[in-house]
Amino acid sequence: MDKLTIADREFQSRLFLGTGKFGSSAIMEEVVLASCSELVTVALKRVDFEMDTDNLLKHLQHPQINLLPNTSGARNAKEAIFAAQLAREALETDWLKLEIHPDPKYLMPDAIETLKATEELAKLGFKVMPYIHADPVLCKRLEDVGTVAVMPLGSPIGSNKGLRTIDFLEIIIEQSKVPVIIDAGIGSPSDATKAMEIGADAVLVNTAIAVSENPVMMAKAFKMAVKAGRIAFEARLAKVNGAATPSSPLTAFLD
Amino acid sequence: MSFTNIFDTQKWDETKNAIYNKTSADVEKALLARRRTLADFKALISPAAAPYLEEMAQLSSQITQKRFGKTVQLFAPMYLSNECQNICTYCGFSFNNRIKRKTLTESEILQEVKEVKWQGFDHILLVTGEANHTVHVDYFIKAIQIIKPHFSNISIEVQPLEEEDYGKLKQEGLHSVLVYQETYHQEKYKDYHPKGKKSNFKYRLETPDRIGKAGLHKIGLGVLLGLEDWRTDSFFCAMHLHYLEQTYWQTKFSLSFPRIRPAEGVVPAEQSINDKELVQLICAYRLWNEEVELSMSTRESESFRDNIFKLGITTMSAGSKTNPGGYSVKEESLEQFEISDERTAKQVAEIISSKNYEPVWKDWDRTFQ
Repeated sequence: MDKLTIADREFQSRLFLGTGKFGSSAIMEEVVLASCSELVTVALKRVDFEMDTDNLLKHLQHPQINLLPNTSGARNAKEAIFAAQLAREALETDWLKLEIHPDPKYLMPDAIETLKATEELAKLGFKVMPYIHADPVLCKRLEDVGTVAVMPLGSPIGSNKGLRTIDFLEIIIEQSKVPVIIDAGIGSPSDATKAMEIGADAVLVNTAIAVSENPVMMAKAFKMAVKAGRIAFEARLAKVNGAATPSSPLTAFLD
Repeated sequence: MSFTNIFDTQKWDETKNAIYNKTSADVEKALLARRRTLADFKALISPAAAPYLEEMAQLSSQITQKRFGKTVQLFAPMYLSNECQNICTYCGFSFNNRIKRKTLTESEILQEVKEVKWQGFDHILLVTGEANHTVHVDYFIKAIQIIKPHFSNISIEVQPLEEEDYGKLKQEGLHSVLVYQETYHQEKYKDYHPKGKKSNFKYRLETPDRIGKAGLHKIGLGVLLGLEDWRTDSFFCAMHLHYLEQTYWQTKFSLSFPRIRPAEGVVPAEQSINDKELVQLICAYRLWNEEVELSMSTRESESFRDNIFKLGITTMSAGSKTNPGGYSVKEESLEQFEISDERTAKQVAEIISSKNYEPVWKDWDRTFQ
């Protein structure tokens, strides 16, 4: 299996995780370890740097785990940039999952503010991974301003509906010069496999694992599913044929 | 345009009849619906839905987990003042009640802050009565300035204010405003609130609009369950929420479920809501609205609270004192209402953990204004 490179960092695992919604930080830690994920995203708003009541970070202190702070809660570019700077200082990483959703109901990403913030943050030296709609033009615009990856959604966040935006994801993957990580909506291991089969560089999963009856087992299932999908992609899937192949082809007369 | 325009087109009795005429077929249709409408909500809060309670609870639990995960957000109320110019016939702070009145000074607020912080809280709700000459917007600004360095998330539950004042408080770092209509029955509202600024039904009804226009992050709505028919009142509240969500699309919303118990003697017993009905109401809200926060106070008993968060509640207060200065002084004679769950915040958090849910103390950051 090919290694994944984002910015200057190599990843063995193409499964990224979210850390919210777990019944306890201890279970979250077990899940992260079982998944073999090397990149986990943490909401800045959930981290308490003064008190240790939540002790979220303590459970993520393993050498192979890289933290990807996110700006969930930001409603515009200004707030996101401010949060990013705070996260960089507090967590000592310039990696950032940029989330700007002014709509608290469906948490839909704001394309305009996200583009603005990505440009600013890239200039400030951040490795920006923006959460966006599956919008191929936006992806190219983000590339132009220095994004290190794009994270288009498969369906509304937390919905477990799978790859509802697949037609646009395929265009994004075809056109993209930066890694494409499918984020949001992946509800089952088969969704993750599908995402990898169509050529996504990685997937980010949270709800489907955190809310399952057995999160640790589900993490293992996702790990295998992502691997299977990636290997299938590298092996090049046989084409799906809508019609039977005629035994007397139209060009036979040329022989 | 405000909610009044919509409210005025609705007739209480017609709405009530529509709810009470819902059938089990309506309930089943509502349970099967992919996206539930306000009409479905009517069916789910109707008496016809009572036999479907377990099914509703199962669905509600799943939907809540999908959105909120296995977590419960904890917060503490802090009473800043019990001075009040209103007469509310059901309230301990009512103007005509001969109790000792108290408004916390700056140093007293700071003392309370220390106590609440010590319990582990990072989200705080500031509560007052309505005494506009002493507890006004400048008082709130000062209070927020004192509290802000210590808490990530500040909410208020105080008298309705003007849009401009909400804007000022937002500038200071206020996150959310809770304002309960108490009852959407206009005539009954007048009976329960005979005197004071609060007796103006429409001014209160339009308060969430003013909060929305001022751009606060979250608005909390609610009905004081038991003042009128809880089903009809809750339907109006849902309608209010629906209007607000469509109008102020950048705002988050929460609902609370304060209920008056028949023992308190202020309301007719037949209007009170029992435990089963309260669970039905909570699940009905969740089935109809997957994203709204549902909040539960310490008015409810330990056993009720220990079981309800799995069914749809996302936010709980704990270790609460409902008298000004209650965390740092022993005296408890000035309470607004009697606490039923008297356990400490730590004990409540332990119960939540023991049920494989995570108690969340911090879910906001001062970075986000």
